[in-house]
Amino acid sequence: MSKNYDIKVEYLTRVEGHGNIVVNVRDNKLEKAELHIVEAPRLFEGMLRGRSIFEAQHITSRICGICSCGHTLASIQAAEDAIGFTPSKQTIELRKLLLHYETLDSHLLHIYLLVAPDLLGVKSFVPLISTHNKVVRRALRMKKTCNDVCDILVGRHVHPISAIIGGFTKLPSVGEITDQLTFLYDMRADMDATVELAATLKFPQFEREMEFVGLVSDDGEYPFLMGDIGSTDNFRYPKNEYKKVTNEFIVPHSSAKFAKHKRESYMVGALARLNLNYDKLHPKAKAVAEAIGLKPMCYNPFLNTAAQLVECVHALEESIRILKELRDRGVNYSEQIVVGLNETNNIEVKAGEGYAAVEVPRGILFHHYEVDDKGKIVNANCIIPTNQNVNNIEHDMKKLVPEQMEKSEEQMTLLMEMLVRAYDPCISCSAHFLDVKYINR
Amino acid sequence: MKAKVAFFDFACCEGCQLQVANIGEALLDVLDKIDVVEFREVMSEKSGGDYDVAVIEGSITTKHAIERIKEIRSIAKVLITIGACASIGGVNGMKNNFELPEIKKYVYGEDEKYFDSVPTMAVDQVVKVDYYVHGCPMYVPEFVTVLKHALMGIPYKAPEKSVCTECKLNENECLFDRGLTCMGPVTRAGCNSWCINNGNICYGCRGMLDDPAKTGQIEILKKHDIPLEWVTNKFNMYNKAKDVKENENE
Repeated sequence: MSKNYDIKVEYLTRVEGHGNIVVNVRDNKLEKAELHIVEAPRLFEGMLRGRSIFEAQHITSRICGICSCGHTLASIQAAEDAIGFTPSKQTIELRKLLLHYETLDSHLLHIYLLVAPDLLGVKSFVPLISTHNKVVRRALRMKKTCNDVCDILVGRHVHPISAIIGGFTKLPSVGEITDQLTFLYDMRADMDATVELAATLKFPQFEREMEFVGLVSDDGEYPFLMGDIGSTDNFRYPKNEYKKVTNEFIVPHSSAKFAKHKRESYMVGALARLNLNYDKLHPKAKAVAEAIGLKPMCYNPFLNTAAQLVECVHALEESIRILKELRDRGVNYSEQIVVGLNETNNIEVKAGEGYAAVEVPRGILFHHYEVDDKGKIVNANCIIPTNQNVNNIEHDMKKLVPEQMEKSEEQMTLLMEMLVRAYDPCISCSAHFLDVKYINR
Repeated sequence: MKAKVAFFDFACCEGCQLQVANIGEALLDVLDKIDVVEFREVMSEKSGGDYDVAVIEGSITTKHAIERIKEIRSIAKVLITIGACASIGGVNGMKNNFELPEIKKYVYGEDEKYFDSVPTMAVDQVVKVDYYVHGCPMYVPEFVTVLKHALMGIPYKAPEKSVCTECKLNENECLFDRGLTCMGPVTRAGCNSWCINNGNICYGCRGMLDDPAKTGQIEILKKHDIPLEWVTNKFNMYNKAKDVKENENE
């Protein structure tokens, strides 16, 4: 029997931003499998030109509400690299803590509110309020905790206030460190319950041998904030050579900019990090990975969600470690700094170029600035994890669709949606930088 | 009958929607009072055009968006904007500092022609807005207050006083006294001086007061020897969209 699919998912739901899925199959032959980005372009890189480098983190944080802390940290580090500022050890530790909070928050949102409804066979978390009330309450409670600790550390989670070039405008008091620890200790029971729940969820079976890209380092730490750019194909580059990995290109069927390294495409995100740095996971996180049967090399992109769960445990435990060390060592409050537009020349500025490569929840994020000797931004470039993943998603679709031809069109549509969602795409991010195919109907 | 509420997003970071999810378990109390019929970021359900209250996030930056917001307005009995992008244009407005073809070309190269883009506008530059929730991101207590007013059908207006009035009550040290430029004196209050409480300056995300104390502001700038240009440039970060004239994008 010949099989035909004509799938067109417009405004894919439960993802961040606007995207459409197009899959066409005629007489068992796959004609088209594409992910179109239809987000309105916002032109951030263009808008940054002429503004003070000290405003860059405030502006670029607004690229994305979910990963605003990640953008903030990439922006700050690229800016500091450009003007030649070296942050203190305490600042770096606090930045790592902030990034852990964001990873935790974003992954939990994805696991509970965006993915779980598919695996439980409902359209959103709303029907779960009556059928799985405890689960929904737990999800919202954990989400609130992430928010509360972020509030204490940087004023708020969405568009953090106190993280700036040079350090932090406000450093946590002893009481505030204790408060954060209390919140996180209390979260452990909910995390255990989350792991238990996740162990019961069935992810679709699918494998495609592929390349994974993420940060790597020589120390024993699972790298999020700093490191070189590494690949499971054994390539390694310093951050200023990011373009050797991303190689953005345009394909005839879409005006969206794609990325590829040496193969046809590559994947970034939690699964890439886990495949690259599994041995460096916190022992508790590793135990969870073992319990759910996740180990490198894992080639099933649907398990990106499972890798996120492992990282949640890691981020929670590492946050607790950082806070405890900070409490025992004591905070150096003399490092508190506010620079504004650097009106008081608090920070020395020189002309230059700066780079940052940061592991944000959805994968490796690059910020790159060029500033003049007054600290004015001359050029800006940012490459977002989702940009890098779109090409890989399409290659997954091209392998997955022919393997699943027994499915009805409805089932196939859901499977495609689940695949895209597994990558946790942040389309509102990606569209600000890549070429967007605007479908004019 | 519970009011049917639909959330729609335009050009934005979706951080204000996220602020809604960040309410935590209290969100269930809110959901008890309203019927959320569409919320693309977290729900696959669609309203099919049946809603009473439309909550709008994001600014209007394409021709397609102009048509879409007009359609939403024609259905919604009440329209609420959340966040700076929808309420005053927000950071997207910085694009208006440049010639549109030039900035598009900078980001998208020769392919810029594929992109529908018009000068950034706040929602009220296209359709009538009934309630505003300001800020970048929006301040959740204000959102809850506005939602209550909207559901009861009584008007709400953000306080017509400056952020400084709240900042003083919070006993923060004035940033001008530390040599920095702060937008507090001319920015609409209602955020409880969120940023200054956390040691940073005010960036003016809630928009300029309808009637700012100009003389006072100029005196402050003179006293601290701060060029007016710095302040104007800072104001362009959130308020530039408001320069777009009526029907300019039609």
